[in-house]
Amino acid sequence: MFKYLKQLTSLVAMVAVLFTFTTESMAAKKSKTLKNTQKKGFVRCGVSQGLPGFSNADAAGNWTGVDVDVCRAVAAAVLGDANKVKFTPLSAKERFTALTSGEIDILSRNTTWTLSRDADIGLTFVGVNFYDGQGFMVRKSSGITSVDQFKNGISACTNIGTTTELNMRDFFNSRGIKYEPVAFEKADEVVAAYDAGRCDTYTTDKSGLAAQRTKMKNPDEHIVLPETISKEPLGPVVRQGDSVWEDIVRWSLNTMIEAEEYGITSANADSMKTSDNPQIKRLVGAEGEMGAAFGLDNEWNLRIIKQVGNYGESYKRNIADTGILPDRGPNELWTKGGILYVPPSR
Amino acid sequence: MNFKLKDIVPQLITVLAVVLVFGFFTYNAQVNMENRGIDFGYGFLSQESSFDVQFSLIEYDGSHSYFRAYLVGLLNTILVSVIGIIFATILGVIVGIARLSPNYLINQFAAFYVEFFRNIPLLLQIFFWYFAALRALPLPQDAEPMFGVTYLTIKGLFVPAFIWQNFNIFFYSLVAAIIAIIVIKTHAKKVQETQGKQIPVLLISLGLILILPLLSFLIGGVRLSFEVPVLKQLATTSFIYEGGVSLPPELIALTLSLSLYTATFIAECVRAGIQGVGKGQKEAAASIGLTPNQVLKLVVMPQALRIIIPPTTNQYLNLTKNSSLAAAIAYPDLVLVFAGTALMQTGKAIEIVSITMFTYLTLSVSISILMNWYNKKIAITEK
Repeated sequence: MFKYLKQLTSLVAMVAVLFTFTTESMAAKKSKTLKNTQKKGFVRCGVSQGLPGFSNADAAGNWTGVDVDVCRAVAAAVLGDANKVKFTPLSAKERFTALTSGEIDILSRNTTWTLSRDADIGLTFVGVNFYDGQGFMVRKSSGITSVDQFKNGISACTNIGTTTELNMRDFFNSRGIKYEPVAFEKADEVVAAYDAGRCDTYTTDKSGLAAQRTKMKNPDEHIVLPETISKEPLGPVVRQGDSVWEDIVRWSLNTMIEAEEYGITSANADSMKTSDNPQIKRLVGAEGEMGAAFGLDNEWNLRIIKQVGNYGESYKRNIADTGILPDRGPNELWTKGGILYVPPSR
Repeated sequence: MNFKLKDIVPQLITVLAVVLVFGFFTYNAQVNMENRGIDFGYGFLSQESSFDVQFSLIEYDGSHSYFRAYLVGLLNTILVSVIGIIFATILGVIVGIARLSPNYLINQFAAFYVEFFRNIPLLLQIFFWYFAALRALPLPQDAEPMFGVTYLTIKGLFVPAFIWQNFNIFFYSLVAAIIAIIVIKTHAKKVQETQGKQIPVLLISLGLILILPLLSFLIGGVRLSFEVPVLKQLATTSFIYEGGVSLPPELIALTLSLSLYTATFIAECVRAGIQGVGKGQKEAAASIGLTPNQVLKLVVMPQALRIIIPPTTNQYLNLTKNSSLAAAIAYPDLVLVFAGTALMQTGKAIEIVSITMFTYLTLSVSISILMNWYNKKIAITEK
């Protein structure tokens, strides 16, 4: 009898220890950023100063774009309303300081994921919402159709403080071409200077070139050269050190992409609750406990899909229908020949 | 004893408060940076910068260090400030005197210039001159040559480069001429003071500064040739000039706007200085038979300068600090290169911003010291 009692006590003790451990870790899961966001009632999101298709404000101050939609998705998940976002337009130079100093909680501003940014400066990249690459734009009348035709003395307009400046140097150096870099702080000035004829070529991410082309005096006079000189995976960034917040942003993005994969749209999301497919049911909060680990309710992902839509809807609304990049290219689902592939929500 | 304590205690408290506040901020920054996984340190300065800069006075490309990129930005800031100060001073003095001209047309034109340019924000003026110039200037292939060898185009000003042989001999001949002029000038002053005779110093000086360098060409073996910019085709419609020296349009637009803006303030300092000299001084000078030019040069200006210099020093400081607006139009100054690109690539915000601030502080203090020295030199010395 005594023998059993001893075992029983140790069992109770073990359960007790385990229980304290779980409550302890649950408490730890209460992320500081999440708590602050819920207290404030809005998500603080850093965006660009105006890049059509990614983050752009209309005359009434409404922000649209695929980068904007990431923040809206987080707001829908965390606060229940995709409109509860405060957008802060940032220059390339200001963006990381704004995030690390705590002025914003998500940086969703066509930002390239690189090793040094991820490792060095207190940032964590949570995923990729647009696969891009650096390209060149030239005037059609120049007769240039390939980067092979670039010659010594070419002048290239670009933004400061971007990976573009570094790629440009690598590219021209590897080809032994002497070039004149003309780097501005704001994108609008780059476009104005290039449009006026200050530079022979304008270089930045290809999506950016396509978007800025729509701002030129005569968009038809310019072409984007076919070559891509770098990999530019663009994605949302959070501060290092709040892993729960990091997970919330990551899985908000993943939910949008996976919803497209399973054909869940803003229109049919509610009816999908009765689907036969358990994976679909998990994505609309009808099966499993998918929100508890983040400290959220179970329908956080349903709200994202209903209020913001899946990735395909966001892409179509912001990038394809606006005529910026009608072809999805690598940003198509892996099942349809693209490289969009996210881990499963389960 | 009590009296002394009363004096010291408030000062001690102030010092303590400053130290505490400073310490609090430093500590706070340290804790925050540690929490966010950001390293603090200046080691990055020796790392390879891997970005290029459009315009540099020293040899630089991306394989050099961040420290060298800092020097590039600093020298570009100094360059635009020095050129700006020279132009602003010349223009300011002319306009300041013009405002006092008895000619109605001239003084009204000068007044209009001053009121117009000093009341428009500088950043707008910089944008105006840059983008207006970009729109107005011809493409390289359409540019008409000035003096046959200089081209002003949308891609910059292309001028011939001097190529010297035995430049050092030419340089020494110049130095010799200048030393000779100084000697003659002091001698002339002595002669005038002791014997009342005037020696035509200006004529002799002009002769010396022309003849000595000329001799260096004739017998010193100095040769000078020019490298003229030549048009080169890059693609069907894009051209560039090769050879010679090229000044980027960003530098030209920035110098122009800084000079035009600051000159208005200097003009007002000059006008105030001249008007500050008593009317009796001018009348007395005229009554002893000095010509109007001599009155200005010998009586009015030496007294006016004492009023002009201190506020003008402020304008020089303003111009230097305003040159940081260069970042808006892609002129690679300290702010654009170092506090812009370098900051972005390294993420060392606190380190880089503190270095930049300290640099501007040093520049400003240096200008102040120089101008104060000059001010002291021209002050009236009691005999």
